[in-house]
Amino acid sequence: MSDSAQLVAPDVAERVVARALAHGGEFAELFAERRGGLTLAIDESRVEAAQSGGEEGAGVRVLSGGTTYFAHVDGLHLDDLERAADEAAAALRGERTGARALQAVAGEPLPVERPPAEVPAERKAELLRELDRRGRAEGGEIAQLIASYGEARREVAVANSAGLLSGDDRTRVRIGVQAVARRGGRVETGAETLGGHRGFELLDDDPGAIAAGAARRALTLLDAGPAPSGSMPVVVGGGFGGVLFHEMTGHGLEADHVQKGASVYAGKLGEAVAQPLLSAYDDGRLPGEWGSDAIDDEGTPTQKTQLIEDGRLVSFIYDRGRAERDGVASTGNGRRESFRHLPIPRMTNTYIAPGEAEPEAMIGELKKGFYAVSFGGGQVDPATGDFVFGVSEGYLIEDGKSTRPCRGATLVGNCLEALAAIDAVGSDFWMKTGICGKSGQKVPVGTGQGHVRIAAMTVGGTGS
Amino acid sequence: MSDLAASARAGLEAALAAGAGEAEAYAGAGEEREVRAHGGKVESLTAATRRGLGLRVWIGRRVGYGFGTDLSPQGVAAIAARAVETARAVDEDEFAAVPEAAGEVPALDGLSDASRGEWATERVAELALAVERAALAADRRVVGVEQAVYSDSGERVAIASSAGAAAEYETSSCYAYLQALAEGEDGRETGLGFGLARGPAGLDPEAIGREGAARATEMIGSTKPASRSCPVVLDPTVAAGFAGLLGKALGADAVQRGRSPFAELPGEEVASEAFVLRDDGLEPQGFAASPVDAEGTPRRRTPLIEAGRLQTFLHDSYTARRGGAAPTGNAGRSGYRVPPKVSASNLIVAPGGAGFEQLLREAGDGVLVNDVAGLHSGVNPVSGAFSVGASGRAIRGGERAEPLREFTIAGDLLSLLRAVRAAGAEPRWVPFGDSVSAPPLLIGELAVSGS
Repeated sequence: MSDSAQLVAPDVAERVVARALAHGGEFAELFAERRGGLTLAIDESRVEAAQSGGEEGAGVRVLSGGTTYFAHVDGLHLDDLERAADEAAAALRGERTGARALQAVAGEPLPVERPPAEVPAERKAELLRELDRRGRAEGGEIAQLIASYGEARREVAVANSAGLLSGDDRTRVRIGVQAVARRGGRVETGAETLGGHRGFELLDDDPGAIAAGAARRALTLLDAGPAPSGSMPVVVGGGFGGVLFHEMTGHGLEADHVQKGASVYAGKLGEAVAQPLLSAYDDGRLPGEWGSDAIDDEGTPTQKTQLIEDGRLVSFIYDRGRAERDGVASTGNGRRESFRHLPIPRMTNTYIAPGEAEPEAMIGELKKGFYAVSFGGGQVDPATGDFVFGVSEGYLIEDGKSTRPCRGATLVGNCLEALAAIDAVGSDFWMKTGICGKSGQKVPVGTGQGHVRIAAMTVGGTGS
Repeated sequence: MSDLAASARAGLEAALAAGAGEAEAYAGAGEEREVRAHGGKVESLTAATRRGLGLRVWIGRRVGYGFGTDLSPQGVAAIAARAVETARAVDEDEFAAVPEAAGEVPALDGLSDASRGEWATERVAELALAVERAALAADRRVVGVEQAVYSDSGERVAIASSAGAAAEYETSSCYAYLQALAEGEDGRETGLGFGLARGPAGLDPEAIGREGAARATEMIGSTKPASRSCPVVLDPTVAAGFAGLLGKALGADAVQRGRSPFAELPGEEVASEAFVLRDDGLEPQGFAASPVDAEGTPRRRTPLIEAGRLQTFLHDSYTARRGGAAPTGNAGRSGYRVPPKVSASNLIVAPGGAGFEQLLREAGDGVLVNDVAGLHSGVNPVSGAFSVGASGRAIRGGERAEPLREFTIAGDLLSLLRAVRAAGAEPRWVPFGDSVSAPPLLIGELAVSGS
């Protein structure tokens, strides 16, 4: 049992859960949270934009007859919690229902070596100055560099009418760098990030490489020509390239979309959705990774879930309620941005497992194609499977070689077709951090893969 | 003095006591509710209250920021301590200073609607259900609704500063939307319908449902277009998305830091005369309207692009001081958790004289873009280059023809503005991220990339 469950005393939590069932309901839950953090940035080689905040509050939900009643309040005093319980119960019209006595579930928060709040702010400012120097040192054409540092701690406690009482204490640190390169009237940007469910130890290992990488990306793009357009083979880079899988498949596997029939993967469990060379996982327990937590925001311990096994779809991504409806166990993916949000099925760290192909060979086999190293972001419509991605760093592939850089390319396609068209998965593998938005909620997620090749895909650009 | 103004005042005093030379307090409080409907049932009902305080402090030329939800005396003191600590961690900025106070600011009417408080939860839940029913009834090919959502909120803001600023105002807003699902022979399509108003009495659930149904069903049977350059008509929602990007590029902050494609262009020709844009923080129909901006400067109307020329940039007190310009009342903030920064208030693209059908006729043969995806990931904010995924309809012989999907439109913002041939007569408020009113726009030529 972590101290975080003590955000709210067990007897208070039990009373609040019971109070939420005053007008009926099959299930009630209290989610309490204390969050604090610091952000700091450097721009124009000046450390600025320091912000430090602390918030606490609680969300109470009651489930009754297929409807979720939810209320949230700022503050963790008894009267705040009681107000949340009363508000949640206000629209119900039934008789009081009972709740089980709370049983604390033992759980260990993921380890953090050096709590960032204990590191002096001056050390963080110095880190940003180092990122600025390293990025600008890559070349005189680096006109601007913006680097940011962020740390956050979330202590959470969950108690519900099924008797669960659990807690977690989560610390995350992340740095991001955006470099702008200029040559005459041409302006290009490059970005890189590093983050983890870790303390300040995340930055022990040459964080300046992030700044150098962002700067090199911007400089490379100064030489970029127009992107090709049309259908062609596409090799996708490792690491953040996994955002493609996250968007085009991961979201479609989230059980809320599936159960509403608003996913192209609905009804496809057990079927082949990819070639046998592809396996994929969602793993909320990967040590130190950005998308990891000890428990999800409903108190379910996180786990490693196989999603695709040798090309076959084997599991969806579940929170508590959707799992119950499908008669399976929650996969520990009930996540929420904060106490102000309802938990919904969300990915944690999602990745395509390493395959057997060598990245050089994947490119070497192509007469003509496109190499998408990194993405600016993307969107998918889960119901239709249509997606679009902006390519932030891309190259032409000509006669088996990655040649000139391209700017402004997008990848456009349909996820069922694109996933089935993956004909090579690389043996190289690494993870990257992302912030995923869904239903107005942002949560930290990890994406990963080795190089992956899609046999045919539409590249949208301005060239031919 | 209201409780909220008293909290702002207490925050200001705590900041000065903690060692700040100057300080500004922003206290916010509000309540909101949301109904999500699906399959004829209320799926979730949310009620929320919130309150918090943000303190911006200046110690010499260093500025810091702290925020929190605990408004007790100890809580406020902790927020002040955080703010002062952050100010000590940053570098000096010669332009950093507390904003000058404005004096008396006239109240602005029309920012809230009584129906929000008067309509009980059951009644707004019925509105969400009516939106869903309207979509299902509109067309038999509509097989479902992913979700129909109603949401409203009321917000109160109080600002106080050591320079003498003291302002307080109240707003309300509400919206409803749905994603309709239509099924054709070759797959499934989605369509968004939405409406917004100051209170639920101002929403038309029938119209919202019908719009979602129409947008979903018209995409049935869509195919990829061939790649080419051609005339393009942008739906108001798409035109509004581009106007939102312009609002960011015209912020003086982006300009002063060399991150705007408009940086070198004040007074220059940047658009065709058919494209007229202004920022209007006093237009009560826009959700960003308020008597003062986030640091207490009076809101106003600011012409941005007129007669094809760039008129001015958007300023807050910092960028005005740094650029030797007058503030335009464009300090914005999404709440007490973040300090103010330059942002557009309500962006208004002036309507022209042409009806929608007339725009299509003028386009002749081209593409109607109904929706774009990835507008923020697909645009380089520094250069203005964009390449975004799109869907819509072919235009043939001046009329809507077959539906099109999975194509991209690409170019750069300046070329796009110069290629605007006409603005439609019927503008619409679009609340996706920014508050924008835009008509449909006819673009003379744009690169469309499909198969």
